[in-house]
Amino acid sequence: MNGEKLASYLTQLPKVQNINVARERRVFAVIPVAELTETIQALKEYGMTNIGAITGLDLGDRFEVMYHLYNNDGVLLSLKVFIPREKPQIPTVTGVFPGVFMYERELIDLFGIMVEGIPHSRRYPLPEDWPEGEYPLRKDWKGLPNEKEVTVDGPN
Amino acid sequence: MAQIKVPFGPQHPALKEPESFNLFLKGERIIDAEVKLGYNHRGIEKACESRNFTQSIYLIERICGICSHSHSTAFAQAVEEIAGLEVPPRALYIRTIIAELERIHSHLLWLGVAGHEVGFDTLFMYSWRDREAVMDILALITGNRINYGMNTIGGVRRDINSDQVRQVLESLKLLTERTEYYIQVATGESTLRARLSKVGRLPKETALRLGAVGPTARASAIPRDIRKDDPYAAYDKIDFKVITDDRADVFGRTVVRVYELLESYKMIRILIENLPEGALTVKAPRKIPAGEAISRYEAPRGENIHYVRTNGTEVPERVKVRAPTLANLASIREMARGGYLADFPIIIAAIDPCFSCADRMIRITGDRSGELWNWEQLRNYSINWYRRQGINFD
Repeated sequence: MNGEKLASYLTQLPKVQNINVARERRVFAVIPVAELTETIQALKEYGMTNIGAITGLDLGDRFEVMYHLYNNDGVLLSLKVFIPREKPQIPTVTGVFPGVFMYERELIDLFGIMVEGIPHSRRYPLPEDWPEGEYPLRKDWKGLPNEKEVTVDGPN
Repeated sequence: MAQIKVPFGPQHPALKEPESFNLFLKGERIIDAEVKLGYNHRGIEKACESRNFTQSIYLIERICGICSHSHSTAFAQAVEEIAGLEVPPRALYIRTIIAELERIHSHLLWLGVAGHEVGFDTLFMYSWRDREAVMDILALITGNRINYGMNTIGGVRRDINSDQVRQVLESLKLLTERTEYYIQVATGESTLRARLSKVGRLPKETALRLGAVGPTARASAIPRDIRKDDPYAAYDKIDFKVITDDRADVFGRTVVRVYELLESYKMIRILIENLPEGALTVKAPRKIPAGEAISRYEAPRGENIHYVRTNGTEVPERVKVRAPTLANLASIREMARGGYLADFPIIIAAIDPCFSCADRMIRITGDRSGELWNWEQLRNYSINWYRRQGINFD
């Protein structure tokens, strides 16, 4: 299955928008968050082998979450969902691909995105004593409140 | 029999880097395993958002001491794709040569660690001695044993000359001979075979379900290799085999890695013979146009994914790195279940978790005099350095 073929399959799925074949084996598409689990389930049945990574992005007023799905022919599909900053919530996709729970844990710790239904595990990647409400990969995060900057010449 | 919880790590003699597991045991058998990671989280993705592309490539290279070239290549490829840069063929070939040299040193290092974990320290000493041959080549070509600094956005920073080629070919001869011996040891030595067989089982279906990558997946009969599936650099120009094995245990993972060494030697010979003439770089703009790209790279431990988004400035908007060990961690639990506690160290070692390793002697001399410092002088220097920062050890 190449990128073009995957793109034409995507057009048959409900509510898939902005399908873009960036190059031979790279496809991008956008879906509403309500369709996420069903779309990923459908893509699995169509032949996408697994999710290789999940990327979160802070766009200011909203977050973007990108699911990078690959197949055995080297095609990588990046499926994007947009969620509001006030209520950053996505469903877990561990029901479809159980190996992705660590990638979802990253979204929780680094962006403060709630992942509904994620199976229990210890937090990742931040330490157990990390303060509540501090999400380092948000663009407006400027470091922990009492943190001192350390340079090669020592603390300022 | 009651179930016992045994914490394993983050500091543990059998682990080379901090990671922590809770093992649930019934007698000697592992019933379940729970993993905690993040002790090495350094915030590199965030740090890239405040550095320009050239600075970022050096930072990215330092994600790992073993697969440093893997990370810098993956990142450079993504940025080059966004900027629409055509990297010259000679640069692509040199990148590929360094990539395979890196795989060789990583796999030889792994073989030693695996030998050590099962109490076969002769194998450890042999393979680490031979690894020096490839470390010397890397130092000869790049100037460094690790963190080679070969990549830049748009190409590579150093050429390979004919004298270096001669030395590489000579070392490859020695390495091939030694690796053939290791294949004999790995497949023929009955104690090693008995120790590794049926340990850390990962059936093909489980490996597929959990998204295992690299030699871990290939030893479970999954022919997954980005160099073949989604070729980058010069991999579409050369012929090589993807090594797989259907044993699906630690023994299979050993067999896959030693045979991959032979493939890498073959690939380097082909690359050197066909090394095209021409420029090493194309000029890259300081400001990269807005866009996004995903770069995939087959690192020694498996697939490395880098996602880069740019915004038209000289600083990336977002850099996302998924290293292979994270993809293989979900499999550890399955491999450990039902096994013995004593097998756990080799089960972890068999996915080849990435430990930062930099073992290069530095000659430390005093400020201006150039004299060699002894331990006492070095100690006083550090005490005084901290005292100036307001930290007093007295």
